[in-house]
Amino acid sequence: MKPRAIGKRRPYVRPMAGWWRRNPFFVEYMIHEGTAFFVAAYALVLLVGVVRLAQGEAAWNGWLQALHSPVAIAFHLLVLVAMVYHSWTWFNIMPRTLPPIFVAGKRLSATAITSGGLAATAFASAVLLLVVWRLST
Amino acid sequence: MELQARRQNRKESRPAMSEIEKTIPIEVLRYRPEQDTEPVLQTFQVPFTDDMSVLQGLQYIKDYLDGSLSFRWSCRMAICGSCGMMVNGKPSLSCKTFLRDYYPGGLRIEALAHFPIERDLVIVMDDFIEKLESIKPYIIPKTPRALSEGEYLQTPEERDVYEQFSSCINCMLCYAACPQYGLNSKFVGPGIMALLHRYNMDSRDGGTEQRMELVHSEDGVFNCTAVGYCSEVCPKHVDPANAVNINKTESAKDYFLRFVAPKGAAK
Ligand code: SF4
Ligand code: FES
Repeated sequence: MKPRAIGKRRPYVRPMAGWWRRNPFFVEYMIHEGTAFFVAAYALVLLVGVVRLAQGEAAWNGWLQALHSPVAIAFHLLVLVAMVYHSWTWFNIMPRTLPPIFVAGKRLSATAITSGGLAATAFASAVLLLVVWRLST
Repeated sequence: MELQARRQNRKESRPAMSEIEKTIPIEVLRYRPEQDTEPVLQTFQVPFTDDMSVLQGLQYIKDYLDGSLSFRWSCRMAICGSCGMMVNGKPSLSCKTFLRDYYPGGLRIEALAHFPIERDLVIVMDDFIEKLESIKPYIIPKTPRALSEGEYLQTPEERDVYEQFSSCINCMLCYAACPQYGLNSKFVGPGIMALLHRYNMDSRDGGTEQRMELVHSEDGVFNCTAVGYCSEVCPKHVDPANAVNINKTESAKDYFLRFVAPKGAAK
């Protein structure tokens, strides 16, 4: 809403440019939103894998070979760090986004929701790792 | 003679400010529309004691250093919601923030972010008040009742559902914490959404459908990108981000239910 100018009134509207640099909280917000880029980049790598698989054995093997290059390994390590941070911040915000959950008549605490989510992530990752390990050996 | 002694006494019981050794620099963002084209910082050296709030620091400036400094306050006990300002960039109630925590470095005080500055630390709050009115912040009974039928009853469990959201003191700190509101002041914003949610969740209320129109609208909840700083700065633990995000789900539910149930039947 535009403030009405009455008499001597001259309300001053401050600019928003560079708003996210003004507060450490906003800087952290931009960083954790930024980690979504790495999640998308990783999905893209997997997608390329699917396309190569459709193109036949040679293409598929070429893709697998490419994943062994030091650059690819460094990239995956980077993505791993970004993913872990992304999950961490995701579950930290989770209690703010959910309607109250009642267990045995008591409201589930924010800490319980966050740690529940993190535990589920750790469990799912461990199971996945185990399955892939079994399949590849 | 007796009068003089009494005067002397009074002076001693209240430590004269000049006798306090600790002094803290307070930078204040001044804006006097009749002389400043834009806000300017002014530093005051303020003597203080450990029990003094930032608000008391400002009162010292107004009483002893510069009477033209403007700011809002009333209760001095974190309940009226008048004294919100930016203290070192963080939206804070100045009566609930203490000078000792900024000693010796000093502090910078600015008017609440994202609102136009009327003068010095006083903001233009018309937008907030208009939004407050627009959500019908009162109980709209499901079925009107005659006085003779007695009061509307509510169990403690029914009250628990909305109690947290009814603690809001309209201090607007959450608006100063919300970059989305700063970028687009049409957004309903955190505090007002918390209040809207408070009435929608009330078992005595039947106004949900009227209020949901605003929730769904262009200016509604989907402006929120879950920054979450609003809930962080709220002095009353209202968790307005929670109210906004629950209503994203509610809004989505309403949208999809339209396809299965004719309008009016969907809750
Ligand atoms: S929700 Fe909290 S921060 Fe926002 S206006 Fe209400 S009391 Fe203030
Ligand atoms: S003066 Fe009332 S909340 Fe600070």
